[in-house]
Amino acid sequence: MATAGTGGAALDPGGGAAHLQPSALVTWWTILRTSIEERLVYRGDFALGTLMRFLPLVTQVFFWGAIFDALGAVSATSTVAGYTNNEIIAYYLLTQISRAFSSMPNLSNSIALQIRNGEIKKFLVQPVDLIGFLLVSRVAHKLVYYLVAVGPFALVFFLCRGFFSGWPEPHIMLAFLLSLVMSFLIGFFLEATFGMIGFWWLEVSSLLFVYMLLNFFFSGHMFPIDMLPGWWGTIVRAVPLQYLAYFPAAVFLGKIQGTALAWGLLYQLFWVVFFVVLCRWTFNRGVQHYSGYGG
Amino acid sequence: MNHDASTAAASPRVRPSYLKVFLMFARNSLVRNMMFRGNFIIECVTSLSWMAMNLAFYMLVFGYAESLGGWTKYQFLVFLSTTLFVNSLVQAFFMPNAEEFSELIRTGNLDFALLKPIDTQFLISLNKVDWSALSNFFFGGALLVYSLARLEQQPGLIQMVLYPIYVVCGVAIFYSLMIALASTSVWLGRNQALYEFWFYITNFSRYPMEIYRGTIGSPLRTFFTFVVPLLVVVNVPARLMAKPLDAQSWPLAIFALAAAIASVWASRMIFNRAMLSYRSASS
Repeated sequence: MATAGTGGAALDPGGGAAHLQPSALVTWWTILRTSIEERLVYRGDFALGTLMRFLPLVTQVFFWGAIFDALGAVSATSTVAGYTNNEIIAYYLLTQISRAFSSMPNLSNSIALQIRNGEIKKFLVQPVDLIGFLLVSRVAHKLVYYLVAVGPFALVFFLCRGFFSGWPEPHIMLAFLLSLVMSFLIGFFLEATFGMIGFWWLEVSSLLFVYMLLNFFFSGHMFPIDMLPGWWGTIVRAVPLQYLAYFPAAVFLGKIQGTALAWGLLYQLFWVVFFVVLCRWTFNRGVQHYSGYGG
Repeated sequence: MNHDASTAAASPRVRPSYLKVFLMFARNSLVRNMMFRGNFIIECVTSLSWMAMNLAFYMLVFGYAESLGGWTKYQFLVFLSTTLFVNSLVQAFFMPNAEEFSELIRTGNLDFALLKPIDTQFLISLNKVDWSALSNFFFGGALLVYSLARLEQQPGLIQMVLYPIYVVCGVAIFYSLMIALASTSVWLGRNQALYEFWFYITNFSRYPMEIYRGTIGSPLRTFFTFVVPLLVVVNVPARLMAKPLDAQSWPLAIFALAAAIASVWASRMIFNRAMLSYRSASS
């Protein structure tokens, strides 16, 4: 049962596990274990897919190389929005790590699908909390992903080690890890909330597409959001999407330090709580709105 | 699709009219697209906004740097509109079909395509048209007109005539690669990963070839120019328009023409070889 403790710790944020009895722990541990086994079936495909995800990086290295060449011809101190050429590439590499935590492939769609085809009923009848269940299976999904992806990631980061100026200080590293965990939670509860919209709309895929577009641009996945000028930058910093890719990467690179770092982490925590509450609230409202027939 | 082929078979002519069949495919697809008009509009709007975001990013970049691999801002916008032309044509005419092709192989439904009295490669390559993908084609057209007007050196008549021809060559190279990759489903059973691979590999064609320099860049550039001619797809037509006085571009332009023909020929060989190895599925 020592291992069951770690399983329980992982699902505390779910909110559904306020009073953990041994039997509840066994249930959640079983859910976690089955999900892990389910995920390991496609490990080969996983590893290959992960490695291929780094291919666009090759183009980005040359793209930014050409940009900095053009800059270097004009002035000696060539930085773009405070980033050197190496830092930009390191930034892109780091956003891949942020995305590995914050992206939730297929979460919203599967929730909306379960609402549409009535499968959701089993969570209304059985003593298992839907959000808690989804969170645990997502943790399992992610654990397996890291287990398999650590190989390709290590390889790519080793090959690209020249773009980094060394490991950050321990407290920065700690902040980085903390922000990654929170980016996972924001990603999960935000996308789960999108799925809950399915209670009203049934089909959420077009909404998701719009969200994905905005996410790619405003999370900093496409470029460091420091590049955005004036009020554009202000707006993007006020929107929680930056915590899904930009923030952890910028923390690692030491772009955010001291009090700004503390405030950043606090804001991120605020958004975690915000989306936990929002997700729970939309779920409760949705269940009241929901009517299931037949089957 | 069924009745098109049967009327073609019933007609006294042995050779079906490929143009008529294609026009029928295009018409049917348009009817199908228009059945879900809301969805069609959403698809157009999303692909346009995706493009707008890309454009915003490049504008941002050109706010910092004056040029990219020797291409100024407006020259690069000509390059970008060429990318849009090629990609939107491939996405409209071939992408939905190539995706379906590997499914046809996996499920064994290719049998029905093989039975039709028409060239199988033609049938499986063109039977669907995704009209919404063409929204980016028009976006590209507007962008081209806008950026051409701001160039210092305008292209001449020869370039104007050659440009559409080279865009078609680019489409042919992309198509060849796509159909060759899809054909491998015959041996692999399924190739979901290959599609992602296709997206990632065509990523190389998105920027001027001059950016690939140095110890890794130069071999990469040579490889993607002469072995897998992805770099000529956009670079050659874009250079004609954006840098009309560049004398260096002519040898490459002649090579691009040869590369397009060779790619189509090679993909035809691979396709035929794949068809010989095809052994239906299940019953």
